[in-house]
Amino acid sequence: MMDELSNSPTIALKAAAATPDRVARRLQGLSDRTLAWLFISPTVLLLLAINIFPLFWTVYLSFTNYRANRPNAPLRWFGAEWYHRILSDPDIWAAMQVTARFVVATIVIETVLGFALAWLIDKKFRGHGFWTTMILLPMMLSPAVVGNFWKFLYQPQIGLFNYAISFLTGVDPSSFQMLGDVSLSPWAIVIVDVWMWTPYVMLICLAGLRSIPDYLYEAAEVDRASSWRQFCSITLPMALPFIMLAVLFRGIENFKMFDMVNLLTGGGPGSTTEVASITLKRQAFEAWRTGYSSAFAVILFVAVFGLANIYVKALNRVKSR
Amino acid sequence: MIGLPTPSDRPTALDRPAPAARRWPRWLRRGPMEGLATALIAFGIFMLMQPVSLALYGHSFAVILTGTLAFVVVSHFPE
Repeated sequence: MMDELSNSPTIALKAAAATPDRVARRLQGLSDRTLAWLFISPTVLLLLAINIFPLFWTVYLSFTNYRANRPNAPLRWFGAEWYHRILSDPDIWAAMQVTARFVVATIVIETVLGFALAWLIDKKFRGHGFWTTMILLPMMLSPAVVGNFWKFLYQPQIGLFNYAISFLTGVDPSSFQMLGDVSLSPWAIVIVDVWMWTPYVMLICLAGLRSIPDYLYEAAEVDRASSWRQFCSITLPMALPFIMLAVLFRGIENFKMFDMVNLLTGGGPGSTTEVASITLKRQAFEAWRTGYSSAFAVILFVAVFGLANIYVKALNRVKSR
Repeated sequence: MIGLPTPSDRPTALDRPAPAARRWPRWLRRGPMEGLATALIAFGIFMLMQPVSLALYGHSFAVILTGTLAFVVVSHFPE
């Protein structure tokens, strides 16, 4: 270490000597801060161009009557009219309720299953590494791929899912359609989301369980606490911040879920699975009501931003532990 | 001398809170205010997604926006 330090001026001199004169002349006199800005400016410019500018442009469009299929039409200022219409539209309200049902169902099932799996994996049984990898596989797939192959699995004629249900319950495999039935299609999406994202919840819960020090359990053993008492008094309270983190993250993700629903049902049958993002897409790219859909996007953005604030607060609490 | 604080016990300038933090009202500290803003956001999200009242749904955006802006502001308050 000392050698490196004592040699550093030599290294700096060598680097200076190796720098071409043209470059050296251009960089001469620039402070470290300026150089740092020079390095990060391409990324900052890219972020401004593809994230920040569209965000402000969307907010601006949400106050106008702009239609993307008629870009040359005269632009009229609408004020908060679109916001008022969206917040009194029963169809949008229904879409928000579909989203809520979807978010609640997936979060409850994923949390219970994810925590149970994490608890099992934490027991370190023989081959637990292999099973952890197997369980994590669905999470690593692209949602587009998952959506397409579950669409095949749900086919009433050739789909394996219907045959599995038929094998377990005895009903005819072609007697029900997971994606075409009004009562079954929301559950079809919930099943796919649970299959794909339970491993993620499991990972976060596993991190929580592994962070509990062993001496707490040893002290509980000395006090002759039962397994159930240990679970309720040590495991659950200590893992709770991590569970909250997983719940918030999945809540935010499922609130803006689009790809899976679009691939599996496209919002149908009727509007049974029409979550908020599908309504947004229909208004923006089928009805071409760009101003209206921009206002709706802003409302969804503010909701997600608010949830993200709570998420960051929970994350800081976990970090400070 | 018994009972008198030794030089090391006496509060130093570093121990005392900064003047701005001392003047800041206790009820306006970051912790409780962030909790309040979080509750406002959570209630706004509930209003947005509940199936009971269209009027509640109609006011949800204002509540979420207020909560979110409040959160951004109060997160800069002293602890």
